[in-house]
Amino acid sequence: MTVAGPLAHAGHGAAGPTWFPLFTVALVAVGYLLAAVRDPRGWDHRRTASWLVGCALLAVAVGPLTQLPDNPSGHTAQHLLLGMLAPLGLVLGAPVTLLLHVAPPPMRRLVGRLLRARPLHLLAHPFTAALLTTGGLALVLLTPLYAAAERQPVLHHAVHLHYLAAGYLFAWSLAGPDPAPRRPGLAVRVGALLAASAGHAVLAKYLYAQAENLPPGLADRDPEAFRSAAQLMYYGGDLAELLLAAALFATWYHSRRPRPSPPSSPSPPPLIKKFASPEGNSLTQTS
Amino acid sequence: MADSSLPSARAADVRSSTLVGVLIGIAIMAAVDEIVFHQLLAWHHFYDRSTPSVALLSDGLLHAAELIILVGGFFWFADLRRRRALSNRLAWGGFLLGAGGFQVFDGVVDHKVLRLHQIRYGVHLLPYDVLWIASGAVLLLAGAGVVWWARSRRPGPR
Repeated sequence: MTVAGPLAHAGHGAAGPTWFPLFTVALVAVGYLLAAVRDPRGWDHRRTASWLVGCALLAVAVGPLTQLPDNPSGHTAQHLLLGMLAPLGLVLGAPVTLLLHVAPPPMRRLVGRLLRARPLHLLAHPFTAALLTTGGLALVLLTPLYAAAERQPVLHHAVHLHYLAAGYLFAWSLAGPDPAPRRPGLAVRVGALLAASAGHAVLAKYLYAQAENLPPGLADRDPEAFRSAAQLMYYGGDLAELLLAAALFATWYHSRRPRPSPPSSPSPPPLIKKFASPEGNSLTQTS
Repeated sequence: MADSSLPSARAADVRSSTLVGVLIGIAIMAAVDEIVFHQLLAWHHFYDRSTPSVALLSDGLLHAAELIILVGGFFWFADLRRRRALSNRLAWGGFLLGAGGFQVFDGVVDHKVLRLHQIRYGVHLLPYDVLWIASGAVLLLAGAGVVWWARSRRPGPR
């Protein structure tokens, strides 16, 4: 076991389907670009930029163009990129809205039905999503799952996919510009962000404190490396929380923007006149 | 009420102006604490072995709350300014109140009651603690003074 662990790990880094994730990311980026160009209403370039930033962060995380170091800090950087930073970029790209703009009607109906589905509302509730991201991370790091994922490439990829999906769900439930029926109010969303961030910070400090025996089940460990990884996790989590909070409060700020009512446009007066004059007439007639 | 040229929106929102100042004061002081004492001076430790797990939990919660307060506070501030409902004096008074309040709280609860970490290690702590808490109390009093002064001359909202 003690020999097989590191050897197997080195093996999955070198060979295996390493180009496949990058290929998928490229496909997703190109697909979005094609849709954005074809949008009949004209697509906001800032959304495109955000999506591409998200894809670039994903590309950094999955390699192999940029090989993150194969140590605990490298893995932490990978989880920060996959689970927190890239999803925010992708969510702010509003892919579902873009899809609704360019897709044929049957597809749009399908998306609409999906968005109204009950299970999705439960899954995309901010607190469910917070539990899936931070709770999922805790599950990986506090159980032998981390050690198992080190050995088995399939599990490794599955864990990464979970980070990405849960991170996307969380960012969308908090601050996504995409349609989200029954999205709870600001207080609930801020509460979920607080819970997830606090959980992440506590988890990072706990891992720092227990670096001698966490994550469990590793054959040979270097506590110092896990301590610096825990610090990176703590401060990286802060960065992600800051960005998420900014996105969340920006939606609130945007929604409270005053409607341009004081410099009243010329349309209301004629309308009022139209209603007023017959009524005035009738009033005078009856009286 | 006096100037009827611009209705309702013009009057400064007293409670919101003060509260937004308090929030930003807390968050800025927490950020200064993190940047100066943890990162630059490295007096505070990231974690010291005596920290019990309840303290770890409360520390994580506070830390996460500070960042949210920082961002939320600035967006609220921007919203008040946009609606011309911000009183600058009250916001400054609130800022001092928040900063001083955080400093006192950090000095008493975090350092002494929860014993998360100390101000500095390997030194005689008492003068540091006294200076820390006293400086917070001074800020707190100054903030209370500014808020009181700003409220007493209300008919000049800015």
